[in-house]
Amino acid sequence: MTSDAAAAGTFELTVGPVQYYWPRADLMDFYAGVAESSAATVVLGEVVCARRHEMKTADWLALARDLHACGKEVVLATQTLIESESDLRVLRRIAEQSEFWVEAGDASALNVLTEMKRPFVLGPHINVYNREALRQYLRMGACRWIAPIELPLATVGIVNDGGSAAATEVFAYGRMPLAMSARCFTARHHRLSKDACEFRCRDDADGLLLSTSDGRPFLALNGVQTQSAAIQCLISNRAALVAAGVSRLRLSPASTGFLEVIEAFQHVMNRAGDATEALAALQALTPSIDLVNGFALARPGIDWSAAG
Amino acid sequence: MLQRAEPPNHETPPPRAPELVCPAGSLRALKLAVDAGADAVYLGLRNATNARNFAGLNFDDAQLREGIAYARARGRQVLMALNTYAEASQVDTWEQAVDTAAALGADALIVADIAVMAYARDKHPGLPLHLSVQASATSHEAIAFHQRHFGIRRAVLPRVLTLSQVASVIAHGTVDIEVFGFGSLCVMVEGRCALSSFATGQSPNNAGVCSPPSAVRWVDSADAVEARLNGLLIDRYAPGEPRGYPTLCKGRFEVDGARDYALEEPTSLNTLAVLPDLVRMGVRAIKIEGRQRSPSYVEQVTRVWRQAIDAAVADGRRYRVDPAWTSTLAHLSEGQHHTLGAYDRPWR
Repeated sequence: MTSDAAAAGTFELTVGPVQYYWPRADLMDFYAGVAESSAATVVLGEVVCARRHEMKTADWLALARDLHACGKEVVLATQTLIESESDLRVLRRIAEQSEFWVEAGDASALNVLTEMKRPFVLGPHINVYNREALRQYLRMGACRWIAPIELPLATVGIVNDGGSAAATEVFAYGRMPLAMSARCFTARHHRLSKDACEFRCRDDADGLLLSTSDGRPFLALNGVQTQSAAIQCLISNRAALVAAGVSRLRLSPASTGFLEVIEAFQHVMNRAGDATEALAALQALTPSIDLVNGFALARPGIDWSAAG
Repeated sequence: MLQRAEPPNHETPPPRAPELVCPAGSLRALKLAVDAGADAVYLGLRNATNARNFAGLNFDDAQLREGIAYARARGRQVLMALNTYAEASQVDTWEQAVDTAAALGADALIVADIAVMAYARDKHPGLPLHLSVQASATSHEAIAFHQRHFGIRRAVLPRVLTLSQVASVIAHGTVDIEVFGFGSLCVMVEGRCALSSFATGQSPNNAGVCSPPSAVRWVDSADAVEARLNGLLIDRYAPGEPRGYPTLCKGRFEVDGARDYALEEPTSLNTLAVLPDLVRMGVRAIKIEGRQRSPSYVEQVTRVWRQAIDAAVADGRRYRVDPAWTSTLAHLSEGQHHTLGAYDRPWR
C-alpha cells in the first residue's frame, strides 16, 4: 500500500447500467431500492440493444434527475455497439445534454464527446491496455476510467500509475459482458429473426444460461451480448484493488439480491467488514452460480482463486 | 503486372477497382499472393504485436526486408499488421515494431491501439495508418475519431455491418474503407471479444490469439471425440462426423435443454456474390482473411479474387459468380458452408 490514503482506502460504489431488458415497472422498483442504498454513482441507459424501447432517452433523463435528487451521482451510458444512423441520433441526444456526465460506450461516442469538448467517462468497452493509451484519452477529456474486463489488477495499476493518473473503476460484481455481436443469440435460440424477436430477452431477467454439453454453466445469452454464466466477484480482493490504485467498484445489476450485494461491498470495502463471511453470503444469493475472479489475477476469467 | 480487363466504354467513369489485400503468414505466401494478383499483402512480426501470433507464422526482419523488396519490385504494397493492444509493461515492443516497419519501408501500418497510433503519428508522420478491424470502429463517427486524433487514412470494418450500413459509413466519411471479402468469420465484434480470455486467459486483444492451440485437447472416448478448450467441452463429434477446430464461439452448447450451435455455425465468409455492390458503393479495398492458412491456399484464393474484382469492375451489371471460382473456394474451405455473414443478414 502506497499511502495512508490508499491504506485507509475507501471505494465509491457504482451501480453499472442494467444489461438486461427488464419491464419498466421492475426497473423503477430496482432504482427505487438503489436510491436508498450505499451506492454513490448510478450509470443509466440502454447499452445493449437499440430495439429495447420501454425507456426512451427522455425517460432515462427523468430517472436520472430523480436519482440525483436522492443524492446519487448519475452518469449516462451510450450504447456499446453503434451500427446505424438511428443509433447515432440517440448517442448525440445523450451527449448533448449537459446535466450529467456521459460514459462512452464506443469510439463513436468518443468522437461526439471530444468534438464538443465535454468531459467523459471511459466505458469498459473502450480498449485501454497501457499507460500511453490512457494518457491520450485523459488529454482528450476523460475524467474517469473503467478498466476493460480482461485486464488483470496488476496491469490496471501500471496503466493508471497506481491510481494517480485517473480515477479508476473495475468490474467488481456481476455476470461479465464478454462479447457483442450484430446477431441476437436470444432470438436465434427461439428461432426468431432479430427484427421480429418478440423481445424474448425480456423473459430472461439475468440472461439465458448456456452450458457445455457435459453440463457446465458457461455463458449467458443476453440478446446481442454474450456474458459469463459465472459472476465476477472481487469482494475477497480488497488489498489487490488498493494496490492497483482502484478507487471505484462497479456492481452490475442482477434481478435478485442486488441491494444485499451493494451493502456487502460497502461493509467489506468501506467498513472493514469480514470478506470471508460476506463472500459466503454472496454465494448464498446465487447458490447454483459460480463466483469467479480469474481476470483480476491474470488467469482465465472463469477461474476462482481464494488467494487475494 | 497482371493483365487487367479493359474498362467498358460508359458515359460515367468506370468505378475505381478496390485493392485486393491478401494475407501473408510467410514469405512464400507473400510471393505467391503477389504473383497471383494481390494489390497488397498484409503480414505481421513474430510476436504478440499482431493478431495471428501463432508458432511457425509471420516474419523476422530479414524476411520482411525480402518480402517488401519482392512486392515493391512488382508495384505492390506491404501492409504491416500491428493490431493488438500493447501490453502495459512491454509497450516498447510495439514501438519497436513501428520503428521496424518504418525502417524497412512498409507501405502502411494496420493498428488498433491508440498508443501505437500516437507513437507512429509522432515518430513517423509519413507512415500511413490503417485502422484495424480490432479497433471495432463500426460507424463513421468512430472512424472519424481515429482520423481526427491520429490521422488514419483507411479503416477496416468489423464483420457485423450490413451492405447498406457499409454504404452509409462510406457516404458519411472521408477515410478509405476496407471490408472483409473472404475467409473465417467472426460473429462477435472484433476487438471487443473476451470469450477466449474468459476460457483460456489468452485473447485476440491481449495475446493476438483466439482459442489458442495450446489450450486445445482432443479426448477420445468410446462413442465420441471431444474437443476441449482449457478443459471446457466445446464440441463432441460422433465417429465419422467432420471435426472443426474448437473455436469457442463455433462450438455446440446446451441452452434450455437444446444442444446446438448456440452462437455461430462453423461457416466462413464469402462475398463474391455482392462484389459489384461493394465496388459501386466505393469500397477501397477488399481483405482476404487467413494469415494462418497455407501459401497454396493464399495463392488460389488470390487468383479467384483477382479475376472476380477485374470482372466486377469491367462490367458490374453483367458480372456473375463463375462456378469455377465457387468450386475452388469451396474446395479450399474443406467443405465448410459459405455465407454472406452480416452483409445480408439472413437472420435479421
